[in-house]
Amino acid sequence: MSKIRVTVNGVASEHDVEPRMMLVQFLREVLGLTGAHVGCDTSQCGSCTVIVDGVATKSCTMLAVQADGGEVLTIEGLAQNGQLHPLQLAFREEHGLQCGFCTPGMVMAAYELLQHNAAPTEAEIRHGLEGNLCRCTGYHNIVRAVQDGARRMAEGRPAVHTPFSVPAVERTASSTTTAKRG
Amino acid sequence: MYPADFEYHAPATLDEAVALLSAHKDDAKLLAGGHSLLPMMKLRFAQPRHLVDVRRIPGLSEIRAEADAIAIGARVTHRMVERSELIARRLPMLSEAAAMIGDPAVRNRGTMGGSLAHADPAADLPAVMLALDADLRAVGPKGTRLIPAENFFLSLLTTALEPTEVLSEVRIPLPSVRSGGAYEKRRHPASRFAIVGVAALVELDAKGVVSAARVAVTGLGSKASRATKTEQALVGRKPDEAELDAAARQVADGIELHDDRQGPAAYRAHLATVYATRALRRAVERARAS
Amino acid sequence: MPTTETSGRPLGASVKRREDARFLTGRGTFTDDVKLAGTIHAAFVRSPHAHARIRGIDTGAARGHPGVQAVLTGRDLVAGGVQPIPVAWLLPGLKMGEHRVLAPEVVRHVGEAVAMVIADSPAAARDASELVQVDYEVLPAVVATDEAIGSDVRVHDLAPDNVAFEWSIGDAAATDAAFAGAHTVVRQRLINQRLIANAIEPRSALASYTPASEELTLYVTSQNPHVHRLLMAAFVLGIPEHKLRVIAPDVGGGFGSKVFVYPEECAVTFAARSLARPVKWTAERRESFVTDAHGRDHVTDAEMALDADGRILGLRVNTIANLGAYLSLFGPAVPTYLYGTLLSGQYAMPAIHCTVRGVYTNTTPVDAYRGAGRPEACYVVERLMDLAARAMGQDPAALRQRNFIGADRFPYQTPVALMYDSGNYQAAMNRALEMVGYEALRAEQAKLRQEGKYLGIGFSSYIEACGLAPSQVAGALGAQAGLWESATVRVHPTGKVTVFTGSHSHGQGHETTFAQLAADELGIAVDDVEVVHGDTGRVPFGMGTYGSRSGSVGGTAIHMSIQKIAEKGKKIAAHLLEAAPEDMEFTEGKFRVRGSPDRAKAFGEIALAAYLAHSMPAGVEPGLEETSFFDPSNFTFPFGTHIAVVEVDKETGDTSLRRYIAVDDVGNVINPMIVDGQLHGGIAQGAAQALWESAEFDENGQLLTGSLMEYNVPKADQLPMFETDRTVTPSPVNPLGIKGAGEAGAIASPAAVANAVMDALAPFGVTHIDMPLTPARVWQAMQGSPGR
Repeated sequence: MSKIRVTVNGVASEHDVEPRMMLVQFLREVLGLTGAHVGCDTSQCGSCTVIVDGVATKSCTMLAVQADGGEVLTIEGLAQNGQLHPLQLAFREEHGLQCGFCTPGMVMAAYELLQHNAAPTEAEIRHGLEGNLCRCTGYHNIVRAVQDGARRMAEGRPAVHTPFSVPAVERTASSTTTAKRG
Repeated sequence: MYPADFEYHAPATLDEAVALLSAHKDDAKLLAGGHSLLPMMKLRFAQPRHLVDVRRIPGLSEIRAEADAIAIGARVTHRMVERSELIARRLPMLSEAAAMIGDPAVRNRGTMGGSLAHADPAADLPAVMLALDADLRAVGPKGTRLIPAENFFLSLLTTALEPTEVLSEVRIPLPSVRSGGAYEKRRHPASRFAIVGVAALVELDAKGVVSAARVAVTGLGSKASRATKTEQALVGRKPDEAELDAAARQVADGIELHDDRQGPAAYRAHLATVYATRALRRAVERARAS
Repeated sequence: MPTTETSGRPLGASVKRREDARFLTGRGTFTDDVKLAGTIHAAFVRSPHAHARIRGIDTGAARGHPGVQAVLTGRDLVAGGVQPIPVAWLLPGLKMGEHRVLAPEVVRHVGEAVAMVIADSPAAARDASELVQVDYEVLPAVVATDEAIGSDVRVHDLAPDNVAFEWSIGDAAATDAAFAGAHTVVRQRLINQRLIANAIEPRSALASYTPASEELTLYVTSQNPHVHRLLMAAFVLGIPEHKLRVIAPDVGGGFGSKVFVYPEECAVTFAARSLARPVKWTAERRESFVTDAHGRDHVTDAEMALDADGRILGLRVNTIANLGAYLSLFGPAVPTYLYGTLLSGQYAMPAIHCTVRGVYTNTTPVDAYRGAGRPEACYVVERLMDLAARAMGQDPAALRQRNFIGADRFPYQTPVALMYDSGNYQAAMNRALEMVGYEALRAEQAKLRQEGKYLGIGFSSYIEACGLAPSQVAGALGAQAGLWESATVRVHPTGKVTVFTGSHSHGQGHETTFAQLAADELGIAVDDVEVVHGDTGRVPFGMGTYGSRSGSVGGTAIHMSIQKIAEKGKKIAAHLLEAAPEDMEFTEGKFRVRGSPDRAKAFGEIALAAYLAHSMPAGVEPGLEETSFFDPSNFTFPFGTHIAVVEVDKETGDTSLRRYIAVDDVGNVINPMIVDGQLHGGIAQGAAQALWESAEFDENGQLLTGSLMEYNVPKADQLPMFETDRTVTPSPVNPLGIKGAGEAGAIASPAAVANAVMDALAPFGVTHIDMPLTPARVWQAMQGSPGR
């Protein structure tokens, strides 16, 4: 077992994990944050996408031990004070999700995209989301949602540039024994 | 989804990493971004007993301009390369190639060193390194050596690195002033690896005649390789459309092409020519503009 | 956060989905998200061979691995009384190869499970699964669809020629006569390639057992939990149905692939009972590829006869359908009753004859995938229409219009059993032509050809039979279940409403649309309606969601229950208002005495009165809750015209999808936003069939496209925005006038895109290429052409 200390959605905690545990399993099984999903085993589908140290990461392709000392933002940490992030709101307004399985990863990938490009073109959005598969929407409304999210972020409150100060929306039961506010 | 069990090491220095590799040899694998290795481990195609993570080793994540070269640390991610102004200005071929690897999240984690050491036959960077005549710095128990890219890629997933060596850096000589480079790639629609990728570096003399050319292909055979026939066909010629086409037609020369799921050999050879033409054309344009 | 943001009537409004809040914040509960204390984990040992005899299985090393709780083989399950997995649709003379949960003697496809390892963690189960030693005697395999008949390899002993059934429909003699008198006959061999649904959520099952009550609970990725319960309890495990509760919580897409009862969930449930511990299994994607039922896989010889004016005289179709190694749940129905009956398309065809032979091969079983038989039929008809137009030098849009069944001819009896409910095919075509700017686009096409650019315009005027299904008809045709739907509407004393529906939402948004429906009919706020689905412990009965049936069949069951509630409410209101029940009307949430608008009781008042029961009319029971079963009298028949616009690169053979226009008539619409979304997704899947997706095996039965690295589920950068619109021709089959929208996109689009590519390649003399239209195939076709 390896001891790791990771800050997830603003909450730091220490855990002993098997070295072979993937970050996504750590989030899902240890922390009980089941928003990130596992849809494939070859890093293609992107359902597990979270932000690690500021960059979108397929958490199925990163060991939990590699995140030691790092900061992770998951879909559970995107909303603040019970308010959906403008991007989350945009996905709802534009019907950018159907079954909801790819959605957390899709939103996090789009979130990172908009951090680097506040007003992407349709083509830039499509290329920016090429690592996230959706089988339901045909991407039409996802593209529109990202466009709408970009507008909302530009018009409304600014994008959250320091996501790691965002408190977790909800802490589900976890095996955390040494959890404390980071 | 669940790799076989292994022991995890996160050494603080290159020497420690080398010592760990020396102790465990073939039972150990280096881990950088993990985007080649971890999927193999999850599918249990790879089952190393020891994983040596380079994440804590300082100095591997830098892109440095030197007098006659650009040095890129092994842990530099594809995204860092893609976004580097320095590389965009001096090595646009590398910027282009990095931007076409995998997808954004893969580029965020995947590294220069990891990709080169893995030596996937359809990876982009090996061809680029061949065309740019890069040297790869390996640190091992006997010290450091520079391996020319030319000698680095041996065969399918096999490089000149010893099991005890760490790839620490890539040194890319700055191309001469009157040269231009480009990378063109047909991406596999699903995997986004190269069905064919062509990296071309063309140098022109004052009269606009090709004075040197380095062209490399990936995706066609068991490893990335130089297209020497194409290079020879260009040198000493004025690179008009007809000359470029003729040179491009020889790009797969010496590679035994097979029918595969992407099409029959004839189609793959045709695609190689098309992408070689495109890469050469843009390389020449850049050389002329420089 | 209010879910309702509409000021007008909820029905027909694009109400934002109430499901979204949980999915967008990571609070969805998919099967793998469910945690039960004490859960142990299963991993399956799978055959690496397409066909082999099991000489022996050594489980010793696996049993001894740390953390292992049990290792079960096929023999253990047989000894435990586990029965074969049933087939829900029988055809006359069907030769049914026995499908065991774990193969006890012979494996018949790569990936078939032969043993199950259960351990304390998924990783330990996986580790130990590698220690199970299976001694195989490898047998030769038969893989290709058109090689099954006459092969020396016998997949099942009871089918010596590998033919599971031979089925036909239509009038052979009349069709022969039609061809004999034809001016033009077009013929084509058409391969409808095998596809894999690839719902992004892999299949998963978590079963638990309560010894005290002998009750089992199964969480499973199912589109129809009640069907799962019936089949698993009564047929496979032999336990009382009421002792098994099946919960299909949030399900991450299905597209048909989660309709069926699979071996893994049966094994997990058996193990949970045997070990009295919760047992969980979640597929890895590579397991999904070889075990989720595949779709399509037809080889068809089709020919169409036309007169000199381009009027269709007859259609003759001969199909071999690959069923895989075993009959999946609806495997026999898909290439027969969901295929041959649709071959009249939107056209008046005097004579049709279709024969289908379903064959066994050493491949993953094949069953319904979005559209299920109907995309295959549409592809046959619409490809032939384009071939006919090309052969006769006619415009493909004009040829279609000449043959459309007129809007005045409904209900329309086709020569292949079905009676179309309603339609106006010309209206949809007109709108599509208008949207695409047809004449201008043809002019642009001609201009671009001069410049060496190859634009193609492809039509698909599709018909679909959905709203599955009239039970009596289905039963007469071999269905082993009724295909009605049920709903309970419970009005609470406060006037809030819970709708319990047997439909299941795995992306369709029922929690929103059914709330809209109920709110509209009851005159209450959408937020005052809760929709419950996916749990046999909460929903009394149901048949689930497939065949675009939820709105038309499931929605109507809700409507019927609401009608009963309104009737009962009228009686109570009449009693309280001292009026006659027949003088009451129920509008806008109020029970009113006709002609006396001030004499009224609000819906909430009546709800409370029904539960207080202090003053009830004679003979009326307290409470306000009604259950209905709706069994439709006919299928519904959505239709429309889709137009794809592609550009083919002469140099590389690349096809880019430039535009996609879809005009659909799905009858009345509850929520346009959701219907559009259904269309988008279906179009993407169908376009992907045309251009990219294909499940390919080598001659040994190894799946060559066994991961998302090889199998191209389309990505965002491969598709354009879609241009959609609707015409509305209500269905007379149900009181809501709904036809159904779930599959239309996937049915129409393969033919539209393929026709567009062939249109682009017309200057090269290319008339047909089989899907997927990969750059290599397109390029090769151009090379082989005289017009190069």
